[in-house]
Amino acid sequence: METSGLNFILQAAFWVTVALTVAGASIAVFPRNILYNVLGLALALTGIAGFYLFLGSLFVALMQLLIYVGAICIAIVFAIMLSRPLHMEALPRPRAKVWLGILGSAVFFIGAVSVALKTKWLPAAGHVYNSSQWSVQNIGNALLTRYELVFEVISLVLLVAIIGAVITAGFSRRISS
Amino acid sequence: MNDYQSVYLALSVILFSIGALGVILRKDAIVVFLCIEIMLGAVNLAFVVFSRANQSAEGLFMVMCIMAVAGAEAAIGLAIFVLLYRKTGTINIDKFNLLKW
Repeated sequence: METSGLNFILQAAFWVTVALTVAGASIAVFPRNILYNVLGLALALTGIAGFYLFLGSLFVALMQLLIYVGAICIAIVFAIMLSRPLHMEALPRPRAKVWLGILGSAVFFIGAVSVALKTKWLPAAGHVYNSSQWSVQNIGNALLTRYELVFEVISLVLLVAIIGAVITAGFSRRISS
Repeated sequence: MNDYQSVYLALSVILFSIGALGVILRKDAIVVFLCIEIMLGAVNLAFVVFSRANQSAEGLFMVMCIMAVAGAEAAIGLAIFVLLYRKTGTINIDKFNLLKW
């Protein structure tokens, strides 16, 4: 009885998260006000972090919250503040373009769904799921032994990106003048 | 929670489609960037689901790579938008057709 109640709460939380994520993505795409778009993005990304929790990976959920919600959303807010797109005139959307856009994403949607339905999914052979494999300790060990090169390359990419961003946004006036 | 894999995959496809629709429809460069972030998030979700289904941790490293690339993209992209706004006074992507011809 206890476990069935807990299961019900878990399932309810799962479907609420599904609804919040889809609603957040819709808010991020459709309204005209760009601040609503950013808030919807934060909602959708937080929902995705919730799914990582459901999937049993606390580490990736925390990284998602830190990087996407914490860093990228704040960076977008700063870019909005510095470039003032709120004053952009609201152009009417051509109806043909709207329908072509819906058609394009519907083609992708149908293609991906049909591929997923046609694939014969096989369960992973012979493994038993153990949550210790996804623990922070194991991930850290793998990052510093087997995936060391990936780790270093990622760090280099981030360093180059940050220097490039500073030069592009900060020193451009001096360079161009 | 293992039976929800199809739900996760469907959700991932739906999020990706919404993001793609936004990339096609919206004119504001920052919103287009934001829709790309939604698409990356959907792909990350699919990676974690498949990694869980295969009982391996390799999808997690893929997710880390994608997150780092998304961070780099955010830094560079937003700096470029700020620069473009300073130079041209708009970030409407329909106005930037200089490289089209």
